[in-house]
Amino acid sequence: MSSINFLKPDRTNLNTFLYLGSFLFFISILDVFLNSFFRLNLTGFLPNFLSFLLPLILGFVGLYFIRIEYSGIKNLDLLNKHINTNNFNAVLSLLIIFIIIKSLPPILSWFVIDASFAGDTKDVCTGSGACWTYIKVWMRRFMYGMYPNAEQWRINLSFVALVLLGSVGYFATDKFKKYLTLYYVVIYPLIAFLFIFFFISGGPVFFDFSYGIIAAILSIIIGFFIPSKFKFYYFLIVPLALYVILKYFLFFEEYIELGKLDGLNWVETGAWGGLSLTFIISFFCLIFCFPIGMAFALGRRSEFPLIRYISVGFIEFWRGVPLITVLFMSAVMFPMFLPEDFFIDKLVRAIIAISLFEAAYVAEVIRGGLQALPRGQYEAAKSLGMGYWKMHIFVILPQALKLVIPGIANTFLALVKDTPLIFVVGLLEIVGMLNLAKTNPKWLGFAMEGYVFAAIIFWIICYAMSKYSYNLEQKYKTDR
Amino acid sequence: MNFKLKDIVPQLITVLAVVLVFGFFTYNAQINMENRGIDFGYGFLTQESSFDVQFSLIEYDGSHSYFRAYLVGLLNTILVSVIGIIIATILGVIVGIARLSPNYLINKFAAFYVEFFRNIPLLLQIFFWYFAALRALPLPQDAEAMFGVFFLTIKGLYVPAFIWQNFNIFFYSIIAAIIAIIVIRAHAKKVQENQGKQIPVFLISIGLIFILPLLSFLIGGVRLSFEVPVLKQLATTSFIYEGGVSLPPELIALTLSLSLYTATFIAECVRAGIQGVGKGQKEAAASIGLTPNQVLKLVIMPQALRIIIPPTTNQYLNLTKNSSLAAAIAYPDLVLVFAGTALMQTGKAIEIVSITMFTYLTLSISISILMNWYNKKIAIQEK
Repeated sequence: MSSINFLKPDRTNLNTFLYLGSFLFFISILDVFLNSFFRLNLTGFLPNFLSFLLPLILGFVGLYFIRIEYSGIKNLDLLNKHINTNNFNAVLSLLIIFIIIKSLPPILSWFVIDASFAGDTKDVCTGSGACWTYIKVWMRRFMYGMYPNAEQWRINLSFVALVLLGSVGYFATDKFKKYLTLYYVVIYPLIAFLFIFFFISGGPVFFDFSYGIIAAILSIIIGFFIPSKFKFYYFLIVPLALYVILKYFLFFEEYIELGKLDGLNWVETGAWGGLSLTFIISFFCLIFCFPIGMAFALGRRSEFPLIRYISVGFIEFWRGVPLITVLFMSAVMFPMFLPEDFFIDKLVRAIIAISLFEAAYVAEVIRGGLQALPRGQYEAAKSLGMGYWKMHIFVILPQALKLVIPGIANTFLALVKDTPLIFVVGLLEIVGMLNLAKTNPKWLGFAMEGYVFAAIIFWIICYAMSKYSYNLEQKYKTDR
Repeated sequence: MNFKLKDIVPQLITVLAVVLVFGFFTYNAQINMENRGIDFGYGFLTQESSFDVQFSLIEYDGSHSYFRAYLVGLLNTILVSVIGIIIATILGVIVGIARLSPNYLINKFAAFYVEFFRNIPLLLQIFFWYFAALRALPLPQDAEAMFGVFFLTIKGLYVPAFIWQNFNIFFYSIIAAIIAIIVIRAHAKKVQENQGKQIPVFLISIGLIFILPLLSFLIGGVRLSFEVPVLKQLATTSFIYEGGVSLPPELIALTLSLSLYTATFIAECVRAGIQGVGKGQKEAAASIGLTPNQVLKLVIMPQALRIIIPPTTNQYLNLTKNSSLAAAIAYPDLVLVFAGTALMQTGKAIEIVSITMFTYLTLSISISILMNWYNKKIAIQEK
């Protein structure tokens, strides 16, 4: 056996280095572990800073000893390759391991061990941990806002129904697959709209806004059967006419009364809140901002200069201002711009503001997709005799949208994360409800629990969305 | 020229629609303002504002004008944005590089950081830092000093103030150092192009930027002293620090959350940029005998920067716009001071909201023009 050079670990003395190195590494981790989990200080007899640094030094030397290339031991090679490539990496790895070990006990004890779950008053929260009782007691408020307790089944039922209706696509047979786009673009939003305004609101819902939506959707449906020659003029005239007919001739007050479900009380939108409001707002903004954004993306690439300038102006304006000022505008400035007797609910105002704002971002994302398509696609479509709309609907947009799935998903994520801002117009979704609950004199001092709770919920929603978009991207990835 | 009806009609109709909508709005606004007896005009900007602002970079109190209040808000917004951008860039670059590390632990740690902070709404993070985390800090009388001079308390962070003598000489020395560096760089480039010799520009630059200011201390008579904050008792239970610079907790919470949040996006941009440079580039550079440092400096970074800069600019813009969330925790930024307090007092909704939006628009557009210029400068010059 050759003499051992401790400064240069090599394969000839593999076992010696392996045992010595792993022993030192193990000791260093054990020291930190005992220190953090059992408050034992093995190295207490040493001077302060040395006792603090000792695990790092021991671990470093240990990792140095076991850094032997091609040792022939599979696990050792893996370890060296992943966390122990050189001195610098070894120190960083050690630091991260120590940080994890050090931070686990306080986090665990705050979340679980010292936390209180039982009871329904503040008195049970005496431990040093989190007071989950607070969340339990306020759960209904965090989920439904000020919506009356007795009526909350309406929200639950609507959401369950909408989720079921939304998942139809998974069960559709091939025969019905071709109608799915129509279903998701037109019918499903309409059903959702009716559900939320008849069922969750349950009151006088037919303000002007909904006439407009019904007119638009009806005219789109009829528009499918109009010969393409007249389509342009059709869309110029019919939606407006439908709107007028609906408002002034068809829906009289008594029809509105008929439309109300018997036995449902009206709940004004000011009482809506909590997580359900987050969902409602995200849902509607998502539905509205997509077509608006698409229109402006096409407008920005239009060959008509005036339409192009207007689109550019719209997009750059909304992208240049923060959402909070947009909401300020919808709250204090927008009412000044409307006739005096014309009242728009503040929830609707907020939804319009957020939709327009996000539409500008969606427009830029879609424009990116349109620009990424090779010219050949446009030329091929034109050479088949397709007009502008046919070319875009059947050739350009399907490919462009496929390209921009990640970008659109990011915009929608931003939308969900922006919903808490509606506190500006006085609506309280989950973060707003937390701030309200935090100032309740009976439950002072639990801000941390509330924020952690909301953070977990938002994190799950956003993370799930981003993973879903990643899957979608992989699914629709086509080689070109 | 031959005008076709088909080309003109859609444009005319669009313009007509836009004009009609705007006309409708203006008409209503006029009627509404007449009914409520409000007159339109920006004259209020010169009036006395008569409200106080907690934290301001320029001298301000209630006797100043509304325009001065607007400036206070604007400067506070810019302060938060600049600090946030600096911290977010440093953190983002570190995390972005860490995400590419071959070290499994560092890689996962960085990934965890990115996934964690970017999937939580920014407003919630601001609330968390301000209402939960910073409220757990000690009272001024219980605070322990960090490094003997910093005091982190529930009322904010107290840091020593610099007190300069002959500051202008120090300032000129730094300017001189920067000019000298620019000249040396230009000269070095010329020498390299003509003779192929390399001058160690980086070392010389570092030397200059340290030595010239140092000379100003030794010869120029510049003196620097620190004013350490000192605890002072106001009443039996009320303490405060005097002297030094105090950073309010709103500012700390805001910069912390803004930079932690934006850094995740910048990290992703950096990662995408470095990954976007082909492996072949690196290998080719190594094969012609460049050292690893040169490969990074001359081959990888110039190409990566081209990919990194446009999306990073967007993130800077986002950070600036997001700084308006300050209003939620009562940090006196533009939105709170101007669109909040001033609007409440004057009731001039249209004027104030339009000024606020226009200001943000100007900020955004100027950052993007600056970055577009830089981007164009480093873009590939195709021949």
